[in-house]
Amino acid sequence: MRRIILAAVMVLAAHAATAFQIEEETLFPGTPNGRELSILSTTDTEIFRPLIDAFQQANPGVSLRYSVASSTEVYAAVHDDHAAYDLVISSAMDLQMKLANDGYALAHRSAQTGTLPAWARWRDQLYAVAQEPVVTILSRKGFAGLDLPHTRADLLSLMRDNPDRFRGRIGTYDPARSGAGYLFATQDARQSDTFWRLAEVMGTLDPRLYTGSADMIGDLQSGQLIVAYNVLGSYAAASLPPDGDAIILQPEDFTHILLRTALIPRDAPDPGLGGAFLDFLLSDQGQTLLDQVAGLPRINEAALAAEQNLRPIRLDPGLLVYVDPLKRQRFLREWAAAVVQP
Amino acid sequence: MKTLFNPAGSIRRRLLWLLLIGAAVLSGLLYLSVSTVARSAVETTQDSILGAATIAIAEQLRGADDGVEVDIPYTAFSMLGAVGEDRVFYRILVNGETVTGYDDLPLPDTTPAGLTPRYYSHPYQDMMVRIAAVERPVLVSSRSVAVQVLVAQTRTAQDAIVGQMANRAAALGLGFFGVAAVLAVVTARSVVQPVNSLAEAMGRRGPQDLRPVTRPVPQELTPLVAALNGFISRLSGALTRTETFIAEAAHHIRTPLATLRAQAELALRQTDDDATRATLRGVIRSVDDSARSASQLLEHAAVVYRSDQRADDRIDLAALARDIGQSFGPTADLRDLTLAVHTPDSPVWLTADRLLVETALRNLVDNAIKYSNPDGQVSIDVDQSATHASVRVSDRGRGLDGARRSHLTARFQRGGNVGDVVGTGLGLTIVQEVARAQNGSFTLSDRTGGGTCAELSLPL
Ligand SMILES: Nc1ncnc2c1ncn2[C@@H]1O[C@H](COP(=O)(O)OP(=O)(O)OP(=O)(O)O)[C@@H](O)[C@H]1O
Ligand SMILES: [Mg+2]
Repeated sequence: MRRIILAAVMVLAAHAATAFQIEEETLFPGTPNGRELSILSTTDTEIFRPLIDAFQQANPGVSLRYSVASSTEVYAAVHDDHAAYDLVISSAMDLQMKLANDGYALAHRSAQTGTLPAWARWRDQLYAVAQEPVVTILSRKGFAGLDLPHTRADLLSLMRDNPDRFRGRIGTYDPARSGAGYLFATQDARQSDTFWRLAEVMGTLDPRLYTGSADMIGDLQSGQLIVAYNVLGSYAAASLPPDGDAIILQPEDFTHILLRTALIPRDAPDPGLGGAFLDFLLSDQGQTLLDQVAGLPRINEAALAAEQNLRPIRLDPGLLVYVDPLKRQRFLREWAAAVVQP
Repeated sequence: MKTLFNPAGSIRRRLLWLLLIGAAVLSGLLYLSVSTVARSAVETTQDSILGAATIAIAEQLRGADDGVEVDIPYTAFSMLGAVGEDRVFYRILVNGETVTGYDDLPLPDTTPAGLTPRYYSHPYQDMMVRIAAVERPVLVSSRSVAVQVLVAQTRTAQDAIVGQMANRAAALGLGFFGVAAVLAVVTARSVVQPVNSLAEAMGRRGPQDLRPVTRPVPQELTPLVAALNGFISRLSGALTRTETFIAEAAHHIRTPLATLRAQAELALRQTDDDATRATLRGVIRSVDDSARSASQLLEHAAVVYRSDQRADDRIDLAALARDIGQSFGPTADLRDLTLAVHTPDSPVWLTADRLLVETALRNLVDNAIKYSNPDGQVSIDVDQSATHASVRVSDRGRGLDGARRSHLTARFQRGGNVGDVVGTGLGLTIVQEVARAQNGSFTLSDRTGGGTCAELSLPL
């Protein structure tokens, strides 16, 4: 194997030439003056590293620039800045859908994309590469003496009955600041009225709001939280020891399945290379690496059918509704009214 | 198309063409109507989904203190994804000002009234989109403001469905055409069949078969067949009259000739004047000649007439040959000729008209004796093969002297070798006629070593 030099650059401030913010940019060099593939993603570099290595092994000479940004920044980069990326991978399905719907994605069709089930793609433009449950994490110690909840209603009544135990120890995403959090909250709201009651009860219990799953899990492990509501299951499974204090709950009333989606932007400098990486992600090797090494569950229709509470968030124009600025304003206003109480 | 209007072309082909063209036109119409109906059905369905989405949004509009409250229901857009993966655009305007959505989405030409959406197609973002628009008044602080809701969708799924339907319609049209084509072939064949079978029946007839056509024919062919029958009967009438006339004429000539000959012989006996006797002998000779001519003519007429209505007798050719040999015995003796008949021991049966065969054979033997030198030999040989029986009459006479058979068998044609032998030139004509009437063959050839061989071969 060729030796690979990794050059990691931390970009903490605003990227010099662009308006959107990049958290981290890593160059995986190939041969000098060779083709360069640039990927913009919401997924941490470390998670994708094994896939990048395997891809470079299969395509020697290709340099790979992997940039990480938040989902709203990813959207802004493609939509407003026409930034030069060959592939955009994001967990914010609604924003990805908006990009594809508004004509910011190129069509890509191959033998690999043909194997995807219909619910995992949209218009030959948007492809799901992983399916991740949105879970709730509980602390075993924190729930000592209580029945462990199985549904949101269970959790709700536990919170109502034991306000002192839960006060200040409930963590969830801040939908106003986190794209994924916004998607989870809106999908919950759409799915059931329990969400608003839950939000109201949480609001009385002084919840802590986060922008990322990792921080929430960290605080749960350190004992500051006993409930982390709506966390990406893949992060949880990766960072929590199986027999530790944390319990991963897939609520039995419904558990949303988030599809991590990829698209090739209209302004891609090398869409062929973007398509090649996408095909690699969807290939059996790529899917296995995602599933086994990166911890992002592979696209698997049978796994969804096996459990009745799993609801994949559908890739359809409905996702556009909550992207509408008026709708968003309205939702966040209502959410703030419920949760952020004076 | 030339075949279609060519008066000499085939009726079947013309009929087939017309039927096929008709079928093709009908199939085309079927395809067009099915695909048009399908398209409009799909369009109407898609429009009503689009309209429902638009109305769903419009119904969620509420007046609030600070303006109009817009709350797009999730299902409004979600249902648009039910049919296919089409892009969705929307635009909401309050008093003509875009409050949310795509502010360049084209507006309808006229403002829609009531909650019935107005549908129109318009290019947008390089694609053709279908737009539904509704307008609804909303009360804001007791003042009515007009809110317009536009929802647009690309038509990829609809085009795919319509394309699929069109394919099915095309398959339907093709199938219809295929069935119609088969039916057309069958129809054309069955229509032309009576004509064909009539023609075939007529073609199967022997050349002399002048019976009227009695088989049942379709109405349309009845005049033709009636005309044909009239024609046939006129023809056979004319033929019969001719033969009767010849026979009667010959008879009417022979009777006075016989009287004339008797009187000339009487006169010959009564006179001693040499010159007168010579003249009278000449008269008798001429009368004989004329009588021979008359009888040959009669024979020929009889043969021609009989060959029209020949009888199917079972005859033994060997026995017939022996009979004829016997009857010519005296004539042969008169000329010091040896007449030998060779036949198989068993009978040689064949189906033929006895009178015809006999007449032919008599003429052949007559020729052989007539054109032989005294002391010559004439033999009659009968043979049989698997399919044919033949009789060969051979002599050692003067031979044909290079004359061709086709010439000698023509009416009243005699060879250059006849010398002073009398004859009319009808004998071989009769033989040839018999051979033809019986589907047999007649050959005439010089023999090696001098003489002539005449052979009549007839099917068993
Ligand atoms: N056996 C024969 N040998 C030589 N010539 C023959 C022989 N048979 C026929 N011919 C020739 O063929 C001619 C036609 O014969 P055909 O029998 O038709 O007429 P014909 O004998 O002259 O007259 P008739 O009608 O009285 O028989 C004869 O004139 C003769 O020249
Ligand atoms: Mg003769």
